[in-house]
Amino acid sequence: MKLQVIVTLKKDVLDPQGSAIKSSLSNMGFKNIESLRQGKTFEIIVKEKDEKVALSKAKDMCEKLLANLTIEDYSVKAIKE
Amino acid sequence: MKASVIVFPGSNCDRDVKISLEKFGIKTSMVWHADAKLPKSDLVVLPGGFSYGDYLRCGSIASKSRIMKEVTAHSKKGGLVMGICNGFQVLVESQLLPGVLIRNINLKFICKNITVKVTNNKTNFTSKTSRNSILEIPIAHNEGNYFANKDLINELEDNNQIVLQYCDAAGNINEQSNPNGSIKNIAGIINKKGNVFGLMPHPERAADELLGGIDGSLIFKSLK
Amino acid sequence: MQKVNQELAIKHGLTAEEYNKIIKLMGRNPNLVELGIFSAMWNEHCSYKSSRIWLQTLPTKNKYVIQGPGENAGVVDFGDGDVVIFKIESHNHPSYIEPYQGAATGVGGILRDVFTMGARPVANLNSIRFGSPNHEKTKYLLNGVVSGIGGYGNCIGVPTVGGETEFDECYNGNILVNAMNIGVAKKNKVFYSIASGVGNPVVYVGSKTGRDGIHGATMASAEFDEDSESKKPTVQVGDPFTEKLLLEACLELMQKKSIVSIQDMGAAGLTSSSIEMASKGDLGIKINLNLIPCRENNMTPYEIMLSESQERMLIVLKKGKEKEARKIFEKWGLDFAIIGQLTNSKKLELEFNKKNVCSIPIHSLGDNAPKYKRDFITYSYPKIINHDSDIEKLDIKNSLIKILSHHNYSNKAWVWEQYDHMVMTDTIQKPGGDSAVVRYHGKNKGIAATVDCVPRYCKAHPKSGAMQAVCETWRNLISVGAQPIAITNCLNFGNPKKKEIMGQFVDSINGMKEACEALNYPVISGNVSLYNETNGVAIYPTPTIGGVGLLKNINNMMTFNFKNTENVIAVIGETSGHLSQSALIYDVLGDKKGPPPQINLKEEKKNGLFVSDLIKGKLVNAVHDISHGGIIVTLAEMCMASNIGAKIKVSGSNSDKIKYLFSEDQARYLIEISKKNLEKIKKIANTKDIKIDIIGKTQSEIFEVENDLKVSVKELKTKNESWFKNYNKN
Repeated sequence: MKLQVIVTLKKDVLDPQGSAIKSSLSNMGFKNIESLRQGKTFEIIVKEKDEKVALSKAKDMCEKLLANLTIEDYSVKAIKE
Repeated sequence: MKASVIVFPGSNCDRDVKISLEKFGIKTSMVWHADAKLPKSDLVVLPGGFSYGDYLRCGSIASKSRIMKEVTAHSKKGGLVMGICNGFQVLVESQLLPGVLIRNINLKFICKNITVKVTNNKTNFTSKTSRNSILEIPIAHNEGNYFANKDLINELEDNNQIVLQYCDAAGNINEQSNPNGSIKNIAGIINKKGNVFGLMPHPERAADELLGGIDGSLIFKSLK
Repeated sequence: MQKVNQELAIKHGLTAEEYNKIIKLMGRNPNLVELGIFSAMWNEHCSYKSSRIWLQTLPTKNKYVIQGPGENAGVVDFGDGDVVIFKIESHNHPSYIEPYQGAATGVGGILRDVFTMGARPVANLNSIRFGSPNHEKTKYLLNGVVSGIGGYGNCIGVPTVGGETEFDECYNGNILVNAMNIGVAKKNKVFYSIASGVGNPVVYVGSKTGRDGIHGATMASAEFDEDSESKKPTVQVGDPFTEKLLLEACLELMQKKSIVSIQDMGAAGLTSSSIEMASKGDLGIKINLNLIPCRENNMTPYEIMLSESQERMLIVLKKGKEKEARKIFEKWGLDFAIIGQLTNSKKLELEFNKKNVCSIPIHSLGDNAPKYKRDFITYSYPKIINHDSDIEKLDIKNSLIKILSHHNYSNKAWVWEQYDHMVMTDTIQKPGGDSAVVRYHGKNKGIAATVDCVPRYCKAHPKSGAMQAVCETWRNLISVGAQPIAITNCLNFGNPKKKEIMGQFVDSINGMKEACEALNYPVISGNVSLYNETNGVAIYPTPTIGGVGLLKNINNMMTFNFKNTENVIAVIGETSGHLSQSALIYDVLGDKKGPPPQINLKEEKKNGLFVSDLIKGKLVNAVHDISHGGIIVTLAEMCMASNIGAKIKVSGSNSDKIKYLFSEDQARYLIEISKKNLEKIKKIANTKDIKIDIIGKTQSEIFEVENDLKVSVKELKTKNESWFKNYNKN
């Protein structure tokens, strides 16, 4: 089962990398960008047929390591092949 | 006093901090991250470096090392713990210290001598300094920007947990003297109990006249 | 299976003649795997085919040299059973294509060259050159390269303590990234790459093999053209964390008595390392490619042999030591695979899926590789130019400020503050001085190091330019109180098939040879990077020299910041007023014509030894070698480093003054002397026939040339520190 995990910064956390990227895009001619926040995605393939169980495992991975819950949020979903 | 310095894969400043500890008479053992037990220690030091290459988040993977269970137990018993630079990052990832350390605001690695003000000199780690004294100690990091939300900051201030703050040569804590964007110019904090200390500057790099300064020695002297 | 013929060989970068030579040596047509191997081993980067005969003329010995060129790095004796191991290498072409990874893997590669010999790396230096700041790619390349060098060096925990950063439009299409590394070891625990012992196991350690950089060595030997953008996949990606583990694991294994020989897998990966080790030992080597740890599926023998995946080493172990070695590498989380053994076949034999896929006589790949004596011209010293009419109306203050705020002479802290230059707590002199100095760990002595070259001197007259580069490193080591020991060289040139370029190379070698002989300062290692051209336009000849010296007692280290006011300032050495190719004429006035300053090797030696004795005798307070910008810029640098001013007096017409202050005559130093030592120094100078000019004294805060300029040191600093800050603002 293929899972996709997306980890993003919580709303109020400063994102200096996101700001720099936004400026760069603006300098390249991409105006009208109101906001840009940088996050991470993880593609995980687990040996698990039950989607519910797989998602629960992924959530556990996020809580324990993949996301720093002080400053990050996460979402998990199963990818249909 | 006996100290254990934890060595993670990718730690770089373990040898450096051992030299400083022993210079000030603290017997030191090096402890591999995968060991199950800590030798009998009064102090555990998490050194600087790039544990696990800073992968995922700085200090995140190291914080899950086997030895960290022992380090946590040691701190719960009241034992002293000091995390320097990457060590500070491991401590916040382990939640032995509150808050988080994120990317420097100017997005560049910065290695230079800076000055910090001793905001709290009544800790186990700063007892040999005077209140509001200025120490010149080098920093070398890419993710030293300390972040905490409003409530946490208030808590840190109320409990005198802020120990070191970046300042200029005259002692002014301001934006110009902040090398990485840390909130309130925070360079070092302790936990509520006062036995766990995390700091971004490297005191082991300022404990030798030949290297340009000895202000860092005050921290090692306080430990004794 | 692709048909192997001359056309395919040419696609691989070989010439028709070379292909025919291969057929002769093999006694048959090569197959694809064998062709790939020959193309990698016979390209310029690995075989040095255009440069070998000339490199062999360089002096490579003095009483300190234990190992000269021919090994992974050179080895010099530092006394008490201690040795210092060092080398410089280029990673130019990959850095132009992918600056962060190109620079990072350049640092990684040179680190491995040093620790493969049993040395713990203790210092990185680098010489980086970019196109004009206005060129569209420069900002991107500058930021990428500096981040890459920092990213790799900082992570592996070796301080980056010195270097040079320069901009010139000749590098618009070809930047230069030369990385140097220095390590320390015990004399009786140095490891070499010569394999021995038929039947001894051959072991692969480090990262898994992927498809990175296949034909990277071929790329290093080719010029760029419009298609270079699509070359992106051939750049290797570095992993400094894995290299740190590899470094610790190798050093740990080296403490045991189990290694026969060891070599890192650099350019041409498994191919070059296995061939070099076996051929040095006059043996053969047999490898089972199914046993190579791969990170991609279905890798072919061709891909496996040519992969330039980073952070891998090849080790020949003593029989019976395999278990002990495996334990160490597994502790550090690294792959460990016994992939073959040494044989007495004198062949490189490869097996894949139980079939023999390669059988090449081993000496045909290295020793019997082509050696060319390409056509070359010789450059005569250009006619002297009189610059009086250009300079008679120049304002001294304006000219000084223009130089101090120029991108090539600005304070480079923006660059080196991105490098951890303090880790390992032995950095005694940080970047910014004449040389970096690193304490020899646990001892009272120090290693001084510097990298230098003035490419426009080399363009104007290659022989003088190369001599000057050697001399400048020598002076920089003397200036910190060190005794110069030996050099490593990174020779960056254009297309050697052109007589003008080959001529630059030959003249540079001759210039280097003369300087090294006169100063007893030999070449112990180095690297050649050719084909640095884009659309037919070559870079300036750039023979970068890395010099290393011994500081017997670190407490006697010298620095160039003024120590006190009311001290005497003197110039050691003759000032004759040579301005062509100087910062003033070239950068400020934009005039690129004329010869570089003449080099007088006798004067260099005499003046250097004199200054060295003054430092040993504790008779001077500050020393700075006079280079770019002449006396006035050198003096300004001493003031800015100390926040102490100076007051000097110069006489004559405006042109005379300008010549005196801005000329770049060689073999000179600026020194600060306490009044009480002045007479003694004058006496010694007299007996040794040394030219000494007392030009003024130090004073507080103000930088002054009597009657001509008065400015605060603070203002000079502001002007000197602004360029990099402003350049990178957005």
